[in-house]
Amino acid sequence: MELLFEFLTTLKNTVVDVLPILSIILGFQLLVIRKPIPHVKQVGFGFIYVLIGLALFLLGLEKALFPLGKMMAEQLTAPEFIHAGEKILTAIHWSDYTWVYIFAAAIGFSTTIAEPSLIAVAIKAEEVSGGAINANSLRISVAIGVAIGIALGSYRIVVGHPIHYYIIAGYVVVVIQTFFCPKLIVPLAYDSGGVTTSTVTVPLVAALGLGLASTIPGRSPLIDGFGLIAFASLFPIIAVMAYAQLTEAKALRAEKKSEKRIQDKENKRNLNKNR
Amino acid sequence: MNNQFFVFFKALLGSCKDLLPIILVIAFFQFAVLQQPMPNVGDILVGLALVVLGLTFFIYGLEMGLFPIGESMAQAFAKKGSISWLLTFAFCLGFGTTVAEPSLIAVAKEAAIVAASGGIISDTIESQLSYANGLRFTVAFAVGFAIVVGVLRILRGWPIQYLILGGYIVVVLMTMIAPSWIIGIAYDSGGVTTSTITVPLVTALGVGLASAIKGRNPMIDGFGLIAFASLTPMIFVMVYGMVIS
Repeated sequence: MELLFEFLTTLKNTVVDVLPILSIILGFQLLVIRKPIPHVKQVGFGFIYVLIGLALFLLGLEKALFPLGKMMAEQLTAPEFIHAGEKILTAIHWSDYTWVYIFAAAIGFSTTIAEPSLIAVAIKAEEVSGGAINANSLRISVAIGVAIGIALGSYRIVVGHPIHYYIIAGYVVVVIQTFFCPKLIVPLAYDSGGVTTSTVTVPLVAALGLGLASTIPGRSPLIDGFGLIAFASLFPIIAVMAYAQLTEAKALRAEKKSEKRIQDKENKRNLNKNR
Repeated sequence: MNNQFFVFFKALLGSCKDLLPIILVIAFFQFAVLQQPMPNVGDILVGLALVVLGLTFFIYGLEMGLFPIGESMAQAFAKKGSISWLLTFAFCLGFGTTVAEPSLIAVAKEAAIVAASGGIISDTIESQLSYANGLRFTVAFAVGFAIVVGVLRILRGWPIQYLILGGYIVVVLMTMIAPSWIIGIAYDSGGVTTSTITVPLVTALGVGLASAIKGRNPMIDGFGLIAFASLTPMIFVMVYGMVIS
């Protein structure tokens, strides 16, 4: 009963959040385009499904994942966990925080896989490219990018480097890759930076960043706590372009040899490795 | 009926697969690293079931409602041929969806609290509120502007890389002159603007426009709107920081 009440509250909030979008769409459809919406019944039901789905999703996150994830971020960054046994804090060494980096990478990867807006873009990309871009491979590349980004971002907070060195270096890599990777992927790669960080990732990552910045002496949450999300939106761009470059290289190689041969060779190699 | 049930079941299974990594990560860190028992297992199981169900419904509705409406509107605007209406729509969509975005409101509030404790703004509720609101409207305006530029790009067929790279150069130059306390917030504000409902709509709009206009490739010209929406807020927020100080 209580759950139903909570669901209705979340649903109400979701509807309120969506209201501006809905009124813009309806306003333009009725006043400017002045044509009935095609398949209006289907679209209406689609919207209702989206709202119900989003409300259920948010309620579930709020109930199960966020409290646990935030608590873990706090516990992992707490001085008692990092410096267990040591009474006097003398200096902070970046390698004390290994578990934090691993957690950052793991939580970045796993939340990105479940990010609904990334799923949406991946579905669209597969559809538009006629299957040349596989939705799941795209999502995995983006998730790897987020994982690297957040782990590196946590490292930056621990050592206290200024954020813009990293971001600017990342931009330089993006620029160089843009010139060498297949042209078709470039816009999609740029987009994938923005879609990674929404419903699931932001709250957990923000908790991790603020936890780190407020427990490490000498870091200010104002300057260091923010900035993880920026890492999470930069590195997927690099990862997606790298994925396209790898796929292209693979396709070139496959042209030269028949695919079966490569398969055989790889099998042999694996066998040798196992020995 | 049976067939429909099968499709739904398959979608449900897909959602479970999407969620599996999170469950594994949390379980591993809880048991192996932090070595603590899982608190309120019942609550967590119910929550996970809700997340799976929610994701399934969302993806269902996406293909039924959000994608078709975005594309049909793009096609209607392309047929109508009025660029000014299309750009007005683009701005409203960007501004309207961002200004009410819950994660932006949360980040702006957080940023105001941190700024007040850092002595950037005076420590009263009013000044915090006006700082947070200023941040929100700056970001929303930036996103509206971004979608307008992005739609213009699709119409004209400008190559995306020059615009984005030019934007990066502006970000780098601004970083050098903007006050250091705004930089982290500015960089982050690019990421928080694109919500779960905006992204599918804006993507469908871009792809729909690119398919409706002759000579545009939906793959090359259709994507990229979100990239603009995550770039311009950084620039605009740094300007905001410079104006405030």
